[in-house]
Amino acid sequence: MTIKTWLDVSSQDAERRGLPAVKPLLEALARATATLRTADWNFDATGEFDAPALTAAAEAD
Amino acid sequence: MLSTRQLSAAAVVDRCLDEIAQRDSTINAFITVMGDEARDAAREADAEIAAGRYRGPLHGVPISIKDLFDVRGTSTTAASRVRQNHRADADAPTIARLRASGAIIVGKTNLHEFALGTTNEESAFGPVRHPLDPGRSPGGSSGGSAASVVAGMAFASLGTDTGGSIRIPSAVCGLVGLKPAFRDITTRGCVPLSSSLDHVGPICRSVADARLLYDVLSDAGPRNNSGPAGDRTVKGMRLGVMRDYFTALLDSQVATAFESTCARLSHAGVILEDVSIDHAADIAPVYLHIALSEAAAFHAKALESRGEDYTPAVRQRLEMGRYILAEDYVRALRGRDVLRQEVIAAIEGKDALLLPTVPVPATRLGATTVKVGTGEESVRNITLRLTQLFNITGHPAITIPCGRTLEGLPIGAQLVGPRTNTRALLDVAGVLEPYLGPGVSR
Repeated sequence: MTIKTWLDVSSQDAERRGLPAVKPLLEALARATATLRTADWNFDATGEFDAPALTAAAEAD
Repeated sequence: MLSTRQLSAAAVVDRCLDEIAQRDSTINAFITVMGDEARDAAREADAEIAAGRYRGPLHGVPISIKDLFDVRGTSTTAASRVRQNHRADADAPTIARLRASGAIIVGKTNLHEFALGTTNEESAFGPVRHPLDPGRSPGGSSGGSAASVVAGMAFASLGTDTGGSIRIPSAVCGLVGLKPAFRDITTRGCVPLSSSLDHVGPICRSVADARLLYDVLSDAGPRNNSGPAGDRTVKGMRLGVMRDYFTALLDSQVATAFESTCARLSHAGVILEDVSIDHAADIAPVYLHIALSEAAAFHAKALESRGEDYTPAVRQRLEMGRYILAEDYVRALRGRDVLRQEVIAAIEGKDALLLPTVPVPATRLGATTVKVGTGEESVRNITLRLTQLFNITGHPAITIPCGRTLEGLPIGAQLVGPRTNTRALLDVAGVLEPYLGPGVSR
């Protein structure tokens, strides 16, 4: 789902549920999500993008 | 002094309860005061000590508890009307450990509702006011905890930290606040905010006090040598000073205090080396997606059935979390791994990382933005800016007072230790504390 579609659908749903005050928060969240999706460490199924390798320490929780 | 009976637990507890009686109508640090129970426990402690059954340095010492922890027989309100009918049948494990050490619980402290905020203004019990300036917030979400310690209503307090909620109020109140390494102290019996970011820790007046409380609270228990850092000395200690993102947006007086701190440490023989985090710009988006998704999962049912019982702003933020897509939550988890790797790399070969704790001094109640440099920043975003990274990565972090503004408002410096090694951080903090600057009690 694109961020634009997500924002449209989410905003409509918040309005429908009587929570219009959530809409500006969703707009701010959309900006944060855009940053997240364009980060250079994202995985990519095409294999055309080399995400940085993680060390074992970083992968361990 | 309690162990040698120069001072009685009853007198100490009475002093705290008197302070609460005199000042808490203004400060509003407490939701529940446990006066009768505390006096009974103090008499019992004095009798035990007199009979030679001294339990240790917390025996007879008054402690306050953030009202997220279950304390047997009391309501765990989380500062919310949503939990007005709650009653705890048993103590949380952390509370049981404090009681076993002889600590005396004086009451449960006010907070930002469900710990979802940094000012305490959204609380069913009204805002907490800063003891040094009642027109300002003591920071949050453990604001009542910090206020109770500054005001002399408790020796120390038990808080929680999901994005900075121990370190932020400790810093702006001039206290020491420890967020231990992730999972060092159990969160069982504590109302969660975000299960993979929540940490439990002490708010107190010195690194030595933080160590005492950590030894009691930690799942690992006390170590044999719990004194200051053995043979460590300040000379030759190595610190990574976090620059770029971490110093780019600071109030001018915070910046001055931080640079003075670096100069004092350098003069004392500490080796300072600038470090940066490549993906620092991703910290807030990663944090937001993890914290809100996890909080929304916990609150979803109550939002449906009791939505009107939340304060409006907390309800709106939780509702926002319900719209986050699973794929974006997973992206944030991937970002967490990257940031963790970068912090591990930054600290490698050093004793700790050093950075300011909060970019601004205590903010005014009612303010939603604060001026920083030439711009206006959201109070919530700016206060979380320098602390939330270490909730994401799980590294232990401690704030120590490092100066004051011209108006007398405290400023804190933050030390970050090796991942999973809170005691190593406490060792370093204990050595550096005298070189940082004046706190409330120093």
